Order: sequence, then structure tokens, then C-alpha cells
Amino acid sequence: MTGQPTWRSVEADVDIPPLPKVATTRMLVEWAGASGDFNPVHYDMSFSRAYGVDGPIVQGALKRQWLIQLITDWMGDEGTLKKFSCKYRTVDYPRNMKTVDEPEDGETWLCKGKIKKKYESNGEPLVECAVWVENGKGEVTTEGKATVVLPR
Amino acid sequence: MLPEEVKNLVGKVLSTSKFEVEKQSIKRFAEAVGDKNPLYRDEEYARKSRYGSIIAPPGFISSVWFWEDTSGQTPETTALKSTGLLGLMLTLAEAGYPNIIDSGIDYEFFHPVRAGDTLKSTVVIKDIRERKSEEGNLVFLITDTSYTNENGDEVAKTRWTTIHR
Repeated sequence: MTGQPTWRSVEADVDIPPLPKVATTRMLVEWAGASGDFNPVHYDMSFSRAYGVDGPIVQGALKRQWLIQLITDWMGDEGTLKKFSCKYRTVDYPRNMKTVDEPEDGETWLCKGKIKKKYESNGEPLVECAVWVENGKGEVTTEGKATVVLPR
Repeated sequence: MLPEEVKNLVGKVLSTSKFEVEKQSIKRFAEAVGDKNPLYRDEEYARKSRYGSIIAPPGFISSVWFWEDTSGQTPETTALKSTGLLGLMLTLAEAGYPNIIDSGIDYEFFHPVRAGDTLKSTVVIKDIRERKSEEGNLVFLITDTSYTNENGDEVAKTRWTTIHR
């Protein structure tokens, strides 16, 4: 975190500090438990193959939540997330676990964002940002948009 | 084939449910994301913030779909396997669309969600339609959900799109 941004201080085309994430099989199960979404495609090998993918896939909603964290980390305690939307473009596969709490080497995802515009609406100082998740190859697997109220 | 009774759900309230926002569920949710924001876990920190108490991360409310308690309610139509959104999805599975693809979500946030809140959610079917594709028919389901807190304030609304094949 780099301190509380203000509406005056931010400019369009400026990048939001990226947030690295590593998805692991363990994390997918943790997310299933925390979110209540127990679709077996996220933890069962034969079920996910029958579904048409190569193995358990990362929950879209977990990637959504990564992107929400990207924005809330950046906007600070005085910022307010007003709108958020995202679309899941393609699947991601988690890293397997090497030990109980350590993942195998492999892919690291990067949550990224860019300020698209700042404007006022109904007297509110607003900032619109593009956000996306890049996989280890630099491909965008999830993309979205966030609208934030910042202190002036 | 999509049962006619299911198609007729468009525009209707599918379910309403109540959900208690517990401190421990917020913490577990934030931990599952790897989000260390003290507003979600540190009471002292949250008390001194402009919120005055622990809040839930934006997006936490989507868990209501999966935890919703619709016991005592009857399904909207006899075509549904059970109540609520999961009941509709199970019905789609039986109708030949067992695989769920989460396509994306839109949120509008109006008020913070606090630990201790009791949220009421109302799920409305915005659209449900079949489309042909080369790999067989797909069902596009669009669900609008509104969340209000115990003061009657709408805290958020969402539009969720899933594809069933």
C-alpha cells in the first residue's frame, strides 16, 4: 500500500500497483468452504474432466475477489467501492501442493489495473478503473471494471 | 429441453432468504482470498475507522446464494426440484444441463455490510433462455439479487450470469 490516494492526486492512464496471487488446490478448497460454492469442478479430478477441462479449475468468484482486493488495497480505508463487474474469459488451473502448506513451483497470477478516467457525478468524486487477471503466460483470464469514490 | 414452467420464471421472485453476517465468516472469507485488510478482522482498527466496526469485503454477500436458508418456503413452481437458486440449477441439471459455467457478475454497492447485520436477499430471474451452439444447446441464466439490511436499507445489488450446458 502506498498511502491514501485522493481524487486530486490520481490521473487517467496510471497503473494501479499489481497484486500477485498464487492459486493452489488447497486454496480452492478453502474458498469453497468460505464462499459456500461446493461445485466439484473445483476439487474433483474425474468430475472436472467429465465437465470438459483438464482438472480442477480456479473458481471465477475467487478471481473476482482477487480483483476486488486489488481495488480495495489501492483505494485505502477512505475510498469506497461503488461498482464492480467482471467477466471470466478462460479457465485457470491451480498449482498442486508440495507439502501441507507449500505449493509446487509454477504459475503466479498478477491482478492488474489502470485508471481509465476521473469524473464527478451528483457531486461525488469518482474514478473508473479497468482491472484484469493475467496468468503466468501474461494472458488475460478475467477482466472487469471498478468505480470508486475517493476523498478529494 | 427447458421446461416451459422454468421459462415462465422470467421476471419472478425465485426466492427470498435471510443471512446473518458473522464475524468469523468474514474472517474466513478474507483468509480464503488472502486479503489481510484489518477492516475485516481487527476490531480495534475497525472501531477507529470511519465504519466504526468490522465490515465484510465487497463481494462477501454473494455467499448468500450458497448459504441461503429457504426452509419452510415452497418452490415457485412444481417444475423446480427445490427452492432457491440452487434448486433452479439442480432443475436445469435434470433437464439436461448439468454443467455450470460462471460467466461474470456486476455489483452495485450502496452501504457497507457489517458484522452482526442480518441481510435479506431477494432473487429475481431476469432472463433465462436457450441458445443453440455447435456443442449442443446452452441455457443462459441471468439473476438479479437485491440485499437489504435490518434497517431496510438496500446495501447492494448484483446481476449474475451463468451458462448451463
